[in-house]
Amino acid sequence: MAQAAETSTKRRGKAKEPPMSREHLLTAYRDMLLIRRFEEKAGQLYGMGLIGGFCHLYIGQEAVVVGMQMCLKDGDQVITSYRDHGHMLATGMEARGVMAELTGRIGGYSKGKGGSMHMFSREKGFYGGHGIVGAQVSLGAGLAFANWYRENDNVAVTYFGEGASNQGQVYESLNLAALFKLPCIFIIENNKYGMGTSVERASASRDLSQNGAPWGIPGEQVNGMDVIAVREAGERAVAHCRAGKGPYLLEMKTYRYRGHSMSDPAKYRTREEVQKMRETSDCIETARKMLVDQFAVTEAELKVIDDDVKAIVQDSADFAQQSPEPPESELWTDVLVEGR
Amino acid sequence: MGAVILMPALSPTMTEGKLARWLKNVGDAVKSGDVIAEIETDKATMEVEAVDEGTITAILVPEGTEGVAVNSTIAELDGGAGGAAQTMHGITNKNPRENEKMIADSGAKQRPEASVHAEPKAEVEQDWGPTKPITVREALRDAMAAEMRADSAVFLMGEEVAQYQGAYKVSQGLLDEFGPKRVIDTPITEHGFTGMAVGAAFTGLKPIVEFMTFNFSMQAIDQIINSAAKTLYMSGGQLGCQIVFRGPNGAASRVAAQHSQCYASWYAHCPGLKVVAPWSAADAKGLLRAAIRDPNPVIVLENEIMYGQTFECPTADDFVLPIGKAKVERAGTDVTIVAFSIMVGMAMQAAEKLAEQGISAEVINLRSLRPLDTETIANSVRKTNRLVTLEEGWPYAGIGAEVAMQIMETCFDHLDAPPVRVHGLDIPMPYAANLEKLALPRLEQVVEAAKSVTYK
Repeated sequence: MAQAAETSTKRRGKAKEPPMSREHLLTAYRDMLLIRRFEEKAGQLYGMGLIGGFCHLYIGQEAVVVGMQMCLKDGDQVITSYRDHGHMLATGMEARGVMAELTGRIGGYSKGKGGSMHMFSREKGFYGGHGIVGAQVSLGAGLAFANWYRENDNVAVTYFGEGASNQGQVYESLNLAALFKLPCIFIIENNKYGMGTSVERASASRDLSQNGAPWGIPGEQVNGMDVIAVREAGERAVAHCRAGKGPYLLEMKTYRYRGHSMSDPAKYRTREEVQKMRETSDCIETARKMLVDQFAVTEAELKVIDDDVKAIVQDSADFAQQSPEPPESELWTDVLVEGR
Repeated sequence: MGAVILMPALSPTMTEGKLARWLKNVGDAVKSGDVIAEIETDKATMEVEAVDEGTITAILVPEGTEGVAVNSTIAELDGGAGGAAQTMHGITNKNPRENEKMIADSGAKQRPEASVHAEPKAEVEQDWGPTKPITVREALRDAMAAEMRADSAVFLMGEEVAQYQGAYKVSQGLLDEFGPKRVIDTPITEHGFTGMAVGAAFTGLKPIVEFMTFNFSMQAIDQIINSAAKTLYMSGGQLGCQIVFRGPNGAASRVAAQHSQCYASWYAHCPGLKVVAPWSAADAKGLLRAAIRDPNPVIVLENEIMYGQTFECPTADDFVLPIGKAKVERAGTDVTIVAFSIMVGMAMQAAEKLAEQGISAEVINLRSLRPLDTETIANSVRKTNRLVTLEEGWPYAGIGAEVAMQIMETCFDHLDAPPVRVHGLDIPMPYAANLEKLALPRLEQVVEAAKSVTYK
């Protein structure tokens, strides 16, 4: 993944300069497309019975993780709940390992023992993958606590949905993070629906970016469908945290095109609403249009990226079907760390 | 190359559904994400989105058709994404779900005497040399201080642990020695700070979380079980959690139902955790040091009433006790009394009384509830042929029930009488002094139980 190389303040000083370089936008486009295609393939494999249980797709929200990841550096940590495939791919985890975990095979990141909601990569700074709504927020504060304890300048990016934002432990964590000045970026991915309940029916607050206000945590609302806006806000948040000023909160206004999980009939919203978001606000189409219009990227260049992404996804799907199921001996491993 | 569109499964249990409506016709171009059809299951109507792009060349299942099997071909697609066709046709692997039952069955049969049980080692308690009398409170503090000196990744957090010096003065002096970064006062938010400690442990830090009492750990039990205990398994061994949860457990005195509960069987129930329950100062020091060093989440169930009691404790710098090993506190030949935590003291008193009546009781201090040292208990029962279990907690699905069952599984033929449980009454703890006394195990009950299994 591309790392942030330039500062947003410099860019904003020159009005005519595009808000993101050609190279960075191409990378963002490719990363968002990889997540989109991967999730489409996951949905397809689910439909064929190759993926079981719960499967929460990230389609529509790709700009959030891709934009944020561009602000991070080695040693920074990422944690989220169960709509997590996009976060894994954004942190650089291999599509093969993720897809094979979805199919419950030994080649998966958790050897097939975690599934869609439970994958981890210490190497890539990805700490899961958690199935209990809101639990990852306290855990994320703990990742930030570890940075504070070790006195490094790393940050922990803690993602949760607007549904989770009502959980008691989220408020406990906001207080703890502010109290100890932890380098924690709380990101509310507000996709408008916690399963089938709209945010208006679940939260009395109309501006979730201010959920940290009682503890003095700065918050911003961000167009989460725009990877450039996400990255700019992310850079402000990261700079704040790295400077030791404590936590920061970003409310990403985003949208999921698919149901909450695979078995969601989505009767709580109209098809027109979904279609309108896809047609007017799609993060990938927006990036694609900007690449063509402002950076004169050719269709042929984009085709190369599209083909590359498709090949990665196809390879992951093939691997996820060829990788064997875990051997029965795996039942009894990893319950405890042995050798004591 | 053409692709086929298959009837999708929309939930893990769906095997067939009704193709309610086609939204695309033959000749229509579709691209990824387009809604192409609606499908009705027994639960809901769902939209089917195209995965691949191309032109629909044939619709094989007309709308309105019921009972369309999952994975049957419902339409054909031409052109577009070349890879798709291969995928569709290439999926020939059998459905992994078919194997589920088989694995579950064989797993049950194969179940090794695994993590719940300690390694069978009939070793004699190591002689640690000189001892001196200290209180359980001091032993716990000394254990934390020793481990914090040895490893900068170890820190203590909890309510009132620092400036107040511990709600029960267990952490007395630690703030002075280690400073506010390693002895951390938290707000009264168990759920939040427990989750925070678990998150820190995921990165390799080694937190000691003090609950003012274990009653408050119920606020945080999701983080203890779902996050601390299960993540190692869910991550295929990648992400362990070296963390200690400690504090006073069980009844104190006259604090009523919400502050007088034993959590032994709650935590001992869960794979991925270790659970210890010290009785003496030596237990407290040796087990807590082992818990802090253990790479797994360990629950240390202390007892408030024991904090002020004094025992001889080894002074050796490297004194530590193994987790998973019980201790025979008193040898005997007629009956085995198994207890843990404060009840070990009552068992010892009972043994004295029984000796006066000519009954020789062997007292086993479990020390570790998970893993359980079944070997030591069984060896004792093979000698005495009789078993009494003693605990403060409730009987239902309790530690005594588990110990008795383990003994029946391992040495049923050695039992000369049905095991008897002595335990707290199956009620919330009453406040009134007389009722509280009646709700907790009493010495005479233990003596009676031992006499009943020895038919005396």
